[in-house]
Amino acid sequence: MLLRHTPKEITERSAVVINPAKTCQPVGAMYAALGIHGCLPHSHGSQGCCAYHRSALTRHYKEPVSASTSSFTEGASVFGGQSNLLQAIENIFTVYGPEVIAVHTTCLSETIGDDIKQIRDKAEKQGLIPKGKHVIYCNTPSYVGSHVTGFSNMCKGMTELSVNSGKKNGKVNIIPGWVEPSDMEEIKRLAGVMGVPITLFPDTSGILNGPLTGEFKMFPEGGVTVKELIEAGDAVGTLALGEWCSADAARSLDSKCKVPCRVLEMPYGLLGTDRFIDALRIIAGTSVPEDITRERGQLVDMLSDTHQYYYKKKVALFGDPDQLIAMTEFLTSIDMLPVHIVTGTPGGKFEKRIKELTAHLPCEVHVKAAGDMFLLHQWIKNEPVDLLIGNTYGKYIARDEDIPFLRFGFPILDRVGHQYFPRVGYKGGLRLLEQILGLLLDRKDRDASETKFELTL
Amino acid sequence: MAAKTDTAQWSPAELKEEILKKYPPKVARKRAASILVNDSKGDAASEIQANVRTIPGIITMRGCTYAGCKGVIMGPTRDIVNLVHGPIGCSFYAWLTRRNQTDAGENGENYMPYAFSTDMQDSDIIFGGEKKLRAAVQDVYDLFHPKGIAIFATCPVGLIGDDIHAVAREMKEKFGDCNVFAFSCEGYKGVSQSAGHHIANNQVFRHLVGTESNVKPGKYKINLLGEYNIGGDAFEIDRILEKCGITNIATFSGNSTYDQFSTAHLADLSCVMCHRSINYVADMLEIKYGIPWIKVNFIGAHSTAKTLRKIGQYFGDHELIDRIEAVIAEELPAVEAAVAEIKPRTQGKTAMLFVGGSRAHHYQDLFAELGMKTVAAGYEFAHRDDYEGRQVIPTLKVDADSRNIEEIEVEADPTSYHARKSEAEMQGLESSGFRFKDYDGMIPDMQKGTLVIDDLNQYEAEKLVEIIKPDLFCAGIKEKYSIQKLGIPLKQLHSYDYGGPYAGFQGAVNFYKEIDRLVNSRVWGYMKAPWQEHPELSATYVWE
Repeated sequence: MLLRHTPKEITERSAVVINPAKTCQPVGAMYAALGIHGCLPHSHGSQGCCAYHRSALTRHYKEPVSASTSSFTEGASVFGGQSNLLQAIENIFTVYGPEVIAVHTTCLSETIGDDIKQIRDKAEKQGLIPKGKHVIYCNTPSYVGSHVTGFSNMCKGMTELSVNSGKKNGKVNIIPGWVEPSDMEEIKRLAGVMGVPITLFPDTSGILNGPLTGEFKMFPEGGVTVKELIEAGDAVGTLALGEWCSADAARSLDSKCKVPCRVLEMPYGLLGTDRFIDALRIIAGTSVPEDITRERGQLVDMLSDTHQYYYKKKVALFGDPDQLIAMTEFLTSIDMLPVHIVTGTPGGKFEKRIKELTAHLPCEVHVKAAGDMFLLHQWIKNEPVDLLIGNTYGKYIARDEDIPFLRFGFPILDRVGHQYFPRVGYKGGLRLLEQILGLLLDRKDRDASETKFELTL
Repeated sequence: MAAKTDTAQWSPAELKEEILKKYPPKVARKRAASILVNDSKGDAASEIQANVRTIPGIITMRGCTYAGCKGVIMGPTRDIVNLVHGPIGCSFYAWLTRRNQTDAGENGENYMPYAFSTDMQDSDIIFGGEKKLRAAVQDVYDLFHPKGIAIFATCPVGLIGDDIHAVAREMKEKFGDCNVFAFSCEGYKGVSQSAGHHIANNQVFRHLVGTESNVKPGKYKINLLGEYNIGGDAFEIDRILEKCGITNIATFSGNSTYDQFSTAHLADLSCVMCHRSINYVADMLEIKYGIPWIKVNFIGAHSTAKTLRKIGQYFGDHELIDRIEAVIAEELPAVEAAVAEIKPRTQGKTAMLFVGGSRAHHYQDLFAELGMKTVAAGYEFAHRDDYEGRQVIPTLKVDADSRNIEEIEVEADPTSYHARKSEAEMQGLESSGFRFKDYDGMIPDMQKGTLVIDDLNQYEAEKLVEIIKPDLFCAGIKEKYSIQKLGIPLKQLHSYDYGGPYAGFQGAVNFYKEIDRLVNSRVWGYMKAPWQEHPELSATYVWE
């Protein structure tokens, strides 16, 4: 057994977190910043943070992840990191020439209280920021919230660029939340099919799923441009996908530029996608083309064809609030039973929403925000499940308990596909169903006696 | 300088100049001292700047002190609970990401698949985290009753002044049967992971080494220092040692256990693999317990044979020497067969190695065995002695960053010290050419006209690859895909790209096969589509 010391009996722990279901803010800020065209994320802290975040994102995407650091030493930690950040800004614009530097903080620079805005303004005064280039920032103290909070904070930081020129441009802002580049591409495709002009931010498609051509582009094609971010202030409305990841940025645009916003849950599965498409239709004042209704029908068709295999199967899932809420709804919509649900991200609203979504289920549902995978594993030991859904760290539980395992969330270190094949939208729903079905039937085929072995589903 | 397209036109000096010209003047000056054109083999003039601060904003390969301490040194020990005191990220990122394999058997204690954290919140930062740390240590003890609990400080801990050592002492006394000790390895200390190695090793020496006396049986007892069992390297080394009849008391720290560390003082020879991360422990073991040390290298089949012979010569026992020769004779044919099969496909190819504190040197032996030339190399976190040899140690400047890293003063232990060899025996060995405490560093082993670059960064790596176009680049995960986008395969020498082992005899064969795969792969030939290679429309195309 890999997790051989995890006891079945659940005892109260007063302080220790074991096998976290979250990580810290800055990696989320870095991921979001990579979704701006020509942007170099910059970590204001000691260099280990940046090394760890780049490594995590690189292992997840199998793509270059460029980001710089203020490389604090003990001196900077005592006297403040201003001189490090000023030097960094000068060096970055000289050596790498990005359009924009997106600075996020760390627990180190937050604890000593560096004022990033003041340092940025000083850099501007000293002429370290070339004309037409930008330095944006957000505060991401690692001891508050989680990586999800950091993602949200950087999205909000992007809206600092937005300006209300007084003239609406007819576009809709979509803040997709922490989804994969493939998902962002899919959201753009859906909007394109509907004929709705959108600004998607952040947008990591093209950046974290690039081609191999023999050329290394530090700033690949793709990403939301600074110009688009500025003009986001003139949009007719904003659709924020996910309360945890995207709502703050949308509300910031609302209060700053008077762009009205609507916060939806992420468009995973049938019902979530229905609401997304419907909201987009209404906000853009258009009708939904037949192509999309047809895609929806295909998802319903596949669901009806294979429903018997999902029905009343128990699922344990862990990950981030927005994704878990959408996934829980999807699972209940196909009559699966999500019985154990854990996020490491704190927030009572999460538990409340999950309870609402699962209130009609004929079984008890365990849910915890600010929980960890140690607890999830104990729950599973006490009430086994048919499927585990979560990031790669789940494979240790899946192997020990012999549970089919769907990789979903961040980080996925040991499989590919998430970069290229979306799981949002109706087409993404088809893929999710196909993957879940494959896992359940592979297990059925493995466990069936020779007599009961089936040729056909 | 005009852009040059032909690789052969670039002299190393021109290349260096080309790299530096993009930098702001201050940065260029600083980087110039870390880039050495190796044109003076063994000459005292080949001084390279190393172990200095990374320049803010320059995309470095380096990590932090915490990574060096928790991730590298303490990570591979399976039966000590590693409790990280700090916000969640530091524990999360060091969770299973270093590929240290371990063999705990069916029922042995193994906490390596677990991540433990105090998950500090803003209230802990404001009011102090000691209370939470104490409670977390208690939680861990109540749940697991481990032999040892190691506490690691992250950046904010040092800033807010939590006394983790006091908490450790208090809890150790309270438990009575669990050794609790702490590491002040805040990420901002030092200039790289190297400071963390030092902090970790000091505490291992202080809190673990010499605390138990139940020695493993065996006639020839060694410690293996600076081997971290990436991809199972330590398993292969142990296989060979066992076959030779050599007892490995303690590996620092691949596949290690609490008991290995605590009995390390009972070995009769320390063998140092990674000089950078642990040479000072070898010194301390010698001064305190009388265990001499030698530099060894199990990377490369011939280096492995040479190392075994060196160990044999040290013990000076014919039974051992004969057995070692028999093992080498038994193991080498498979290696030679692999070389004979593969070398014709790798001969003359070029490699660049930028990794770690020893691997960029050690792995050159494996490439040499394949007839490949290392055209540029450097370390991520090494010091000048790892480049230039130990003779420079007395001349190394102690700067503000290294001054804060503790040096433990040790003296001969009144009860446990005993000289393993008489002075006459030691002198006898030395006069026959046997060298204790020797390491000549990377530079003397590199050919004239090669480049040695410390703390290589992303821009320099890209430039090197574009201009020199090596057949293979060796570095880590952060570098892997930017280099590969250029159409050059990158072999990770931290994680081995999830392969290995590469140490010892069987490891060498694994490595040869892997390099053959990489430098002869067809994958890199598919980058251009047919219509990109031949965009012209055929005018003579005739439908049949």
